[in-house]
Amino acid sequence: MSADLNIILPEIFLSVFAMLGLLFGAYGGKDRLASVFVWATSAVLVAVAAWIGFQGAGTGSAFGGMFVDDGFARFAKVTILLSAAAILLMSENYMARRDLLRFEYPMLIALACVGMMVMVSAGDLIALYMGLELQSLSLYVVAALRRDSVKSTEAGLKYFVLGALSSGLLLYGASLVYGYTGSTLFADVIAAAKGEASVGLLFGLAFIAAGLAFKVSAAPFHMWTPDVYEGSPTPVTAFFATAPKVAAMGLFARVVHDAFGGIVGDWQQILAVLSVASMFLGAIAAIGQTNIKRLMAYSSIAHMGYALMGLAAGTAQGVESMLLYMAIYVTMNVGTFAFILSMEKDGQPVVEINALSLYSKREPLMALAMLLLLFSLAGVPPLVGFFAKYSVLLAAVDAGMAWLAILGVVASVIGAFYYLRIVYLMYFGAEESELDQGGSGILWGFLVASAAAMVFGVVNLFGVEGAAAAAAATLVN
Amino acid sequence: MIGLEHYLIVAATLFVIGIFGIFLNRKNVIILLMSIELMLLAVNINLVAFSAYLGDITGQVFTLFVLTVAAAEAAIGLAILVCFFRNRGTIDVEDVNVMKG
Repeated sequence: MSADLNIILPEIFLSVFAMLGLLFGAYGGKDRLASVFVWATSAVLVAVAAWIGFQGAGTGSAFGGMFVDDGFARFAKVTILLSAAAILLMSENYMARRDLLRFEYPMLIALACVGMMVMVSAGDLIALYMGLELQSLSLYVVAALRRDSVKSTEAGLKYFVLGALSSGLLLYGASLVYGYTGSTLFADVIAAAKGEASVGLLFGLAFIAAGLAFKVSAAPFHMWTPDVYEGSPTPVTAFFATAPKVAAMGLFARVVHDAFGGIVGDWQQILAVLSVASMFLGAIAAIGQTNIKRLMAYSSIAHMGYALMGLAAGTAQGVESMLLYMAIYVTMNVGTFAFILSMEKDGQPVVEINALSLYSKREPLMALAMLLLLFSLAGVPPLVGFFAKYSVLLAAVDAGMAWLAILGVVASVIGAFYYLRIVYLMYFGAEESELDQGGSGILWGFLVASAAAMVFGVVNLFGVEGAAAAAAATLVN
Repeated sequence: MIGLEHYLIVAATLFVIGIFGIFLNRKNVIILLMSIELMLLAVNINLVAFSAYLGDITGQVFTLFVLTVAAAEAAIGLAILVCFFRNRGTIDVEDVNVMKG
């Protein structure tokens, strides 16, 4: 028993921290403490990430296999926690100035992180569901954080209804899988799901895949993404675009390999279709957008398509490329959202892309950093974003899915258009930008650090590739 | 004789009614919440039926978890709905359209 508790100690620690924080917040200083809470929560998130990251190798499982702690889970957890901490730090100033900084915000983020950690460690359908719901319920609330705004509450409502629908689909699939294999444990499911799978099991697999596709916002289950991204307060949008995506992709990989690793051919085609649809929808629908948050929504749909391509390969190399892709995607998005958060006119947030016209004259360094990030998002060599795309394409080709890789290249060429349009506006726009100069030091720091990572990462990707390979090897064997 | 398949058919029917309730309903957001509840309860019927059929307790444990989470989910959904009503003054589905997507 105590060995079991030892394995989930980081999760217990983080949830106790969040609950104590809520108690202190409610009885103590209310929102006066919010700023302190944000800093404390990010410090705790980084500390837990370091704790997990330096735990060393080895695979453990707790509670009869319901909770798995392996290299794959640790890689995903470190990515999730670090990106959540970065977003929290970036949001403090923005939210404080708009009277949005409530003490619940950092605590809800911490609870969402606990949910995500359980998701990537799930070894059982019940653990999967509980983790997913803890994450989703926290996110519904933070989407509607700006209680007095129609847009924010509408975003929360839409996210809630479609999120609940996707949970329902996933649960129905889980019930079918339970019925046709006789167990909810992934270890038992994979023993039962070998060779020729029964129709009921395939239905279960399809429902679970549909539910998870909602969570990663893969087309055709992406409808909620643009509205939720547009309506939520920008720091919350930044959070949606990073940590939950990593967690949902991690969960996807966990389910298809740990539970359905015996019937790779059956889910490969589902993932390939999701991947192609997302890449093309993300690339084409983003072209007409004028709101940069909606644009980032379509951009994230397209990026999820590439990550799914890695997963669709169905090999250890595919999982490795997916993890690498997600780590790089998160780094790029942290930088991009740091830029979006600093877009202001007279202290008011601006989200129109046209406002960036000739921004380079006003803020040459920030414009240059954003240019690097946008090129990297588009996958222009030799920036790091190119290597992310290259690795998933290579995984697809090596798995004999050259057609998928070719479609991916075509979609990335289409997608490059809207990233380059922003660069064009910033450097050759028509009228002078009226945006305020500069941003807070933290935003500037994250933007420049992220852009620098895109340039200097080409040397060795900061060793993330080796870590991703080791992580993938523990999942697929 | 009522067998497993009958339970599964009932559950599948309820589940499909729930999904249609979400997509076809044009009137009221409360009906969306009811449809979501219907879907989750259909899943519960499925789980309990499988659990009895397999002689395995896990399905019933799962059902209890689902019930608990469904209650929490409904609470959060209603809370968001109340906030939305305060801002917009209506809860018609057709009026949830400030952003189009």
